[in-house]
Amino acid sequence: MRRSQKFEKPQNRKGTLIQLGGYLMRYKWQLLAAITLTIGSNLLALVGPLLSGYAIDAIELGTGRVDFSQVFYYAGWMVIFYIGSAGLTYVLEVLMIRISRQVTFAMRRDVFNKLMDLPVGYFDVHQTGDVISRITYDIDTVNSSISSDLIQVSSAVITVLGSFLMMLAISPQLVLIFAFTVPASILMSRYLVKKTRPLFSRRSRKLGELNGFVEEMVSGQKTLKIYDQEEHTIEKFNVKNKQAVDAYYNAEYYGSMIFPTINFINNISLACISVFGALLYLVGSMSIGQISSFVLYSRKFSGPINEMANIMNDLQSSLAAAERVFALQNELSEARDTDQMTDLTSVKGDIVLENVRFSYDANQVIIKNLSLEAEAGKLIAIVGPTGAGKTTIINLLMRFYDTEAGNIYVDGNAVQELTRDSLRKSFAMVLQDTWIFHGTIFENLTYGKENATMAEVIQAAKAARIHSFIAHLPQGYDTILSDDGTNISKGQKQLLTIARAMLLDAKMLILDEATSNVDTRTEKKIQEAMRQLMKDKTCFVIAHRLSTIQNADLILVVDQGDVVEQGTHEELMKRQGHYWQMYQAQFE
Amino acid sequence: MKKIITEYLKPFYGRMAIGIFFKFTGSIMDLIIPSILALIIDQVIPLNQPAPIFYWGGVMVVCAIIGMVFNIIANRMAARVASDATEIIRHDLFARVIYFSNHQMDTLTKPSVISRLTADTYIVHQMIIRIQRLGVRAPIMLVGGIIITMTLDPGLAMVLIGIMPVMMLIIILVSRKSMPLFAGLQQALDGFVRVVREDINGIRVIKALSKTDYEKNRFDTINTDVVNREKKARMTVAVISPAMNICLNLGLVSVVVVGAYGVNNGTSEVGIILAFMTYFTIILHAVLALSKLFEMWPKATASAERIIQALDSVDILAVQEVTEDGETVKDDAFVAFQNVTFSYNKEEPNLDNISFALAKGETLGIIGETGAGKTTLLNLLMRLYDADAGSITIAGRDIRSIDPRELHQKFGVVFQNDMIFEATIEENIDLGRNLSKEAIKKAIVCAGAKAFVDEKADKSGEQLTIKGANLSGGQKQRILIARALAASPEILVLDDASSALDYQTDAAFRKAIKENFDDTTIIIVAQRISSIKHADHILVLEDGVAIGYGKHKHLMKSCEIYREISHSQMGVS
Repeated sequence: MRRSQKFEKPQNRKGTLIQLGGYLMRYKWQLLAAITLTIGSNLLALVGPLLSGYAIDAIELGTGRVDFSQVFYYAGWMVIFYIGSAGLTYVLEVLMIRISRQVTFAMRRDVFNKLMDLPVGYFDVHQTGDVISRITYDIDTVNSSISSDLIQVSSAVITVLGSFLMMLAISPQLVLIFAFTVPASILMSRYLVKKTRPLFSRRSRKLGELNGFVEEMVSGQKTLKIYDQEEHTIEKFNVKNKQAVDAYYNAEYYGSMIFPTINFINNISLACISVFGALLYLVGSMSIGQISSFVLYSRKFSGPINEMANIMNDLQSSLAAAERVFALQNELSEARDTDQMTDLTSVKGDIVLENVRFSYDANQVIIKNLSLEAEAGKLIAIVGPTGAGKTTIINLLMRFYDTEAGNIYVDGNAVQELTRDSLRKSFAMVLQDTWIFHGTIFENLTYGKENATMAEVIQAAKAARIHSFIAHLPQGYDTILSDDGTNISKGQKQLLTIARAMLLDAKMLILDEATSNVDTRTEKKIQEAMRQLMKDKTCFVIAHRLSTIQNADLILVVDQGDVVEQGTHEELMKRQGHYWQMYQAQFE
Repeated sequence: MKKIITEYLKPFYGRMAIGIFFKFTGSIMDLIIPSILALIIDQVIPLNQPAPIFYWGGVMVVCAIIGMVFNIIANRMAARVASDATEIIRHDLFARVIYFSNHQMDTLTKPSVISRLTADTYIVHQMIIRIQRLGVRAPIMLVGGIIITMTLDPGLAMVLIGIMPVMMLIIILVSRKSMPLFAGLQQALDGFVRVVREDINGIRVIKALSKTDYEKNRFDTINTDVVNREKKARMTVAVISPAMNICLNLGLVSVVVVGAYGVNNGTSEVGIILAFMTYFTIILHAVLALSKLFEMWPKATASAERIIQALDSVDILAVQEVTEDGETVKDDAFVAFQNVTFSYNKEEPNLDNISFALAKGETLGIIGETGAGKTTLLNLLMRLYDADAGSITIAGRDIRSIDPRELHQKFGVVFQNDMIFEATIEENIDLGRNLSKEAIKKAIVCAGAKAFVDEKADKSGEQLTIKGANLSGGQKQRILIARALAASPEILVLDDASSALDYQTDAAFRKAIKENFDDTTIIIVAQRISSIKHADHILVLEDGVAIGYGKHKHLMKSCEIYREISHSQMGVS
């Protein structure tokens, strides 16, 4: 399925090459050594056929007249050269593995560090799967290309040049044969590659469509069953299936011509060499040993030329991969904190928003003009329909995004003048999407406060009503949580993140649908804990269930980017506006 | 793999035989060509005439042409056979899977079923091609090469035969050593991807807690581990290529030396030595190709077994055709549960002794905590599972005696996390049932979807993306509700179908149903009291047991848990 990317063409070849070169230059001496080794091992290997030709000439003298001293002399040298060449090849491979290992490590690290430094907004608009494929698949592609293609190209160049010169030395006339066969095989493979390329990408596209269809239908199988759509679905599947196997066959139809065709051209070269070599022998301008050497060199000569088409494709796809990697690396990081910024210390928790305007993209303004004051220790609730911009307010408070106009102040300081670390650390938050990582429960709970003691952790877990569940697990607090969360329910995850927030001693708290996955009864049980958590803190609460926010000091009703109403529960009920309507709907 | 070959490839045996014949002949041609070279040098050149040289050169060209044409034909036939066979395998598997009972799907799990249909069939497809190509060519080249060299010069052939076990041994040793290394690498890579995925998903938390440096260090550790494993695995494999080269080339030297004795004794000729050198290369490539085939074999076998396992999976529900139990149920009860008990693992019951009866047009609300058995109850009603004890009847008939097709037609359902398919809005509602335009329109209106559907550029013809990604949660639910309503079902089942609707929309929707689908019996599972408050009957479940049954007012008095839920949601104390 990855094939479709394989034929992607790099867009900015020069820039990519420069950046890739930057990585390679760090290892320039090792690379130089590698190239020297390549030349060395290939030259050694090139001597082989020449030596065997001499040996054969010594044999050719005929029955009873073989010059054994000559045969052994050349055979001895052959052994030395071949072993030497193989030894160099091994050293070379080890060296290349080392270099590519270092490059891979550095590239992955750089990409990951970039990911950590990117503004949160990047992840809102880029798919996780895509980012992951850059840091894994794309870097691997670049890496394998560095370790194999580079060597292949340089050794191909040496081999082709070397064997060409050798053949030229043996018999310039015979070399003329290649004037026909080499262009023929290059043209042929180019023609076939051009012909098959769209077929192969069609093949992977069709397979991708089939797989997508299967995934969709199997996921919805229960629904299809209830509506008796099995046969109908099978019919649709048959069409997709037929398309997929036919696309596969069509690609193979031409693809399977490549090897036999190249093989054919090689065989034709061999035939020509045999015929003309024999003729030259008859005229007396070539010995049998020379014909033998020539045949061996011709095999060496045509090998890399056939490979070239493949290598070129590989290089092209690895350049495209490198470009994707560098595109990510060249994204703008979150602006660094400057020296003028101050740390937010001894936080009180006064928050003021002043004429804030914000939009993710210019066409759709999410927040038009928002002003509010939250005194330290107050509870601010934000309600409104989905997509009204509730979560956006949180994003702005935490400075995951910056306002377009207007400003936000904490304790009288404009947030732009505060270091991000100190600002963010002064908030604790529990979000609707609970985040649990692969690690023990203890590690997950102390994620925000590494020096927390076991006693503190247990206390927080007890308050969040999750302690007894943990205590009943065989490994207790050392239980490893799996990332897909199969060993723990959504509600329990949310309780864990509440416990995590309790361990922090932040002065400001954000609860974004913090109990949406907890059932009503458990929610009631942890109410006391939540009250504890919220005590003496400035709290921002987003909730669906209106019952949870009735005692808020200020309720903001948000709709389509504007605060349409604000006030306490009683005030808003009296007004009989949006809030009142929403409230009434609960009882209808 | 065996069953795939004996069952699915059997119809193609004839075509495969023809393909193999072409492959065989084509490969033989490749083998003959070098021996013609030997012939030219040893027998034709001494004649001192150009004509025979051209003649034999011509033979070589003819052989080359036959080789090319036959190989291409064989390759194409192999591809055709593989494609046709794969088409049938996939079709059978999909046709089987789509009829899977819930129980079967639970055992195999959906992701596994999907990967069997996609990745596994693909691997088998490739294997079928390779068996016909490499699997035929490589042995022919290997055996044929050895036979020809034997006839040319048995003594020299011994050199070749002697060196092959050494090469085999090296390949086996190296792959035995590298296999666990690669497996370990794969595991480390999975962990690596997990860290990246986790950190991307948790980026807000990480930034909020200023843990980016911590995460960078965590990543460095696993990055180092992966890279070191990569290095070790690849270093091991790196031995193969130089080792093979040494074997090959030392073999060549031996051929020269042994050949020298042969020529000296008059038992061999120079041309033969030359031909040997070419055969050496051919045979080496055959050995390498075979070793690749052996590498693929375990993987393909595993895939084939996974496919067969799914094909052979038995459905425990399908065969149970229960005879009528006699009409024991009261006439006015349209849908009735009588002492129904059920357990997924047949140990602890998930539903315990549940009874209720609904008249036509009545509404039942079911409420309870997650895991209380609400969805299980619905699954039993639609006979996605069979009850362990008790009976479920619709219009007086035991549901086990109703043809599944007939049974399903009574229902309109919205499941929890139900699927929106990649199709137009209209197709999603119709879902292949060929409903009338009016019915679909009416359903859209009743489900409260008209407003946003009309806003779309193509109205109800608007194309939806996979899983309805271009709709909001509430919009998706409204489309699903419209789907359930469109065929005017006798029984409407809504499993937590209004959770993404705000209170106002939810209320309007309930009103519309009351007005337009008065005859329809409705069963609603909900988290919100407000969604079920007006139901004719309300069932309160806890751990599979009915702890309350009756109307809202009644339950407010008699059922403590119901009251508790109600108070916490309505905010009245």
